[in-house]
Amino acid sequence: MALSGVEIFKLLPKTNCKKCGFPTCLAFAMALAQGKVELAKCPDVSEESKKLLGAASAPPIRMFPLGTGDKAAKVGGENVLFRHDKKFINPSVFAINIKDTLSNDELTKKVEEVITSEIDRVGQKLRVDAISIEFASGNAQQYESAVKLISEKAPNTIIILNCKDASAADAAVKIVAARKPLLYCATEENAEAMANIAKTHKVPLGVYADGLAALSSLTEKIKGIGVEDLVIDSGAKNAKGILELNTQVRRSALKKSFKPLGYPIINFVLREDPVLEACIASVAVAKYGSIVVLNSIEKWKNLALFTIRQNIYTDPQVPMQVEQKVYKIGEATENSPLLITTNFSLTYFIVAGEVENSKVPTWLAIMDCEGLSVLTAWAAGKFTAGKIAQFIKESGVENQVKNKELIIPGMVAILSGSVEDKLEGWKVTVGPREANAIPTFLKTRSA
Amino acid sequence: MSYVIPKETCSGKVLSPDFGKGSKAVKIGGENALPFHSFDGAIPNKPVIAYEIQDIFPDDWPDTVKNQFSSVSDNAVKWAEYCQNELKAQAIALRLSGTHPDRGDRSPQDAAKTVKDVLAAIEVPLIILGSNHMEKDAAVLVAASEAASGYNCIIGKAQEGNYKTIVAAALAHNHKLIAMSELDINLAKQLNILITQMGFDKERLLTDPMCSALGYGIEYTYSVMERIRLAALMQNDATMQPPILGDVGMYVWKVKETVATEAEMSEWGAVAERGITWEAVTATSMLIAGANLLIMRHPKAVETVNKVVEELV
Ligand code: SF4
Repeated sequence: MALSGVEIFKLLPKTNCKKCGFPTCLAFAMALAQGKVELAKCPDVSEESKKLLGAASAPPIRMFPLGTGDKAAKVGGENVLFRHDKKFINPSVFAINIKDTLSNDELTKKVEEVITSEIDRVGQKLRVDAISIEFASGNAQQYESAVKLISEKAPNTIIILNCKDASAADAAVKIVAARKPLLYCATEENAEAMANIAKTHKVPLGVYADGLAALSSLTEKIKGIGVEDLVIDSGAKNAKGILELNTQVRRSALKKSFKPLGYPIINFVLREDPVLEACIASVAVAKYGSIVVLNSIEKWKNLALFTIRQNIYTDPQVPMQVEQKVYKIGEATENSPLLITTNFSLTYFIVAGEVENSKVPTWLAIMDCEGLSVLTAWAAGKFTAGKIAQFIKESGVENQVKNKELIIPGMVAILSGSVEDKLEGWKVTVGPREANAIPTFLKTRSA
Repeated sequence: MSYVIPKETCSGKVLSPDFGKGSKAVKIGGENALPFHSFDGAIPNKPVIAYEIQDIFPDDWPDTVKNQFSSVSDNAVKWAEYCQNELKAQAIALRLSGTHPDRGDRSPQDAAKTVKDVLAAIEVPLIILGSNHMEKDAAVLVAASEAASGYNCIIGKAQEGNYKTIVAAALAHNHKLIAMSELDINLAKQLNILITQMGFDKERLLTDPMCSALGYGIEYTYSVMERIRLAALMQNDATMQPPILGDVGMYVWKVKETVATEAEMSEWGAVAERGITWEAVTATSMLIAGANLLIMRHPKAVETVNKVVEELV
């Protein structure tokens, strides 16, 4: 259980020496309780206090990186069950499973798909993050050569060594150990051997057991051997198993502080039907899967999965903002109307959706108002005549439309005169108050 | 440390209205656990997917989904029969789009006739939706309610700006009712209260907190649904206990990802699969968040989501 600020304070030196950067030990204790600083910032804390505080301040779900370099991904570290409570922290890692039985050409083709999977969506670069290389051949040499080939062709991608055979795994780990691959996995049969490989090469280890009771004892055993960066697999394969067991893991870790399950989860979705696989994978993304392993990565499926991951992992407390710019909706031309509104993403989605419904090609100017809705932004002095005029001038939209007419939201009809004064040569028209009246408004105008 | 399943029992329960008549009637809701958390409690009814049809040719649907119905979509009765008989629809949602002033402005009487004809042709339950034009819906849904009298339909959507007449009509003709608000748990709660204050039984209500498509605000819908469900179950808030509707198809089949061809957006891959997946993933997410009834369009997406439901229960 987490300690309160006062409880932490009692364990600090109480000298107020300020070396931690805080004016007093109490201030430092308060910040520590909120998880804003690390205990290590206080150089004088006693070993005994360190132990007590360390155990209490260890995150309920362990967090560590997979891979290295700028394409590494952290897993775990989550604090909540529901995204409206607090942001989900480390987005699910998507992996494709590739069998070592494929020919070199086929392997190369698959890797190519991974490398070219990166797309840009709302300013974020999204990609298939990892390759799970499955030991399907039963032949350690073949596995080794597949791992070699894939790791050369995909030098930055996270590698998951999907191999339960300890000697084959040992040989493969040696090739890629420096890249922090995930070794998957230790089972009841091979736990000791796998744990020792992971320990020797300092790589994270997957742990598989059928059901959560067996899984808990296995993680404890492996922790005893000295491997702590674990990823757990309860054996869940279908949607029900994923939802129920992942939920039980998350609840156990967060609400019961049950350490044996305080690890990130890996879910193997693996379906022949790619649309079904996309759906089950989206269940895993919403329900606490830290690594989601797929059978195929078609571009259209990636787009849907990247998007659901991005949506679920946005911060619910920061209103998501849309980039400030003039958006082209439909085949807008120099004769199309120009609407303006604020960059609160919900405002944007609703207004853009209604403009799409109208089927009238339109320019939609989205102005940065720090993610506030129209009325709030107006009240806060961020959506004012002066700022609107400045944005329109600087946006260069003047050169995109023939007819210098700006349509403002009906909610701020009051601004029409002053915007017109400040925007020389422009006519300002008051649009509808509610977004659902936009289609009628636009169609009537274009008729 | 030995493992104990961390169960949570809820004090509240989702209401469970039925709709339709006879052997084809369906019941939704009734669970006293979070969505598909059957280790926590009882989930007596599976979510239901209704196929969306319209009273006019769906010229605003992208080809991927429009072409699925090209032989029937010029006529609501044929379309409904096709969904029931060929696609084995569990329910049908008739959207009276043609009554919108911009989409043909069909009269409430015309709409009522379509409703009657469709009801005469099918046995599965019917959801009757307006065109989302505040004033027109008030008139259209009154006429439609009357035309469907005795069929135990779901009528919608009643919104803050027009709920009074629609509630009165659903009350008079014994229908279930969709109360829709825009992505705000408090607005959803308030509308449910206003409607029940008119004497409309909350056991006959469905809440539509407004759907959004994947990539276009779905996280808002997701969290509002999740919060409504938590309020209903954990806080036993009676005003939040009606089952939840996800009107998926209409939000999905207009976004760029379901419309843009591969020639336009080569990095997005095949347009047909992309559109189907967009609808299926949106629908799956709504189910996970708490939706009990979905309205969808593409047969392949419906089929896939039904498979997901089979896996989840
Ligand atoms: S460094 Fe340690 S002892 Fe010094 S003020 Fe900070 S908490 Fe107190």
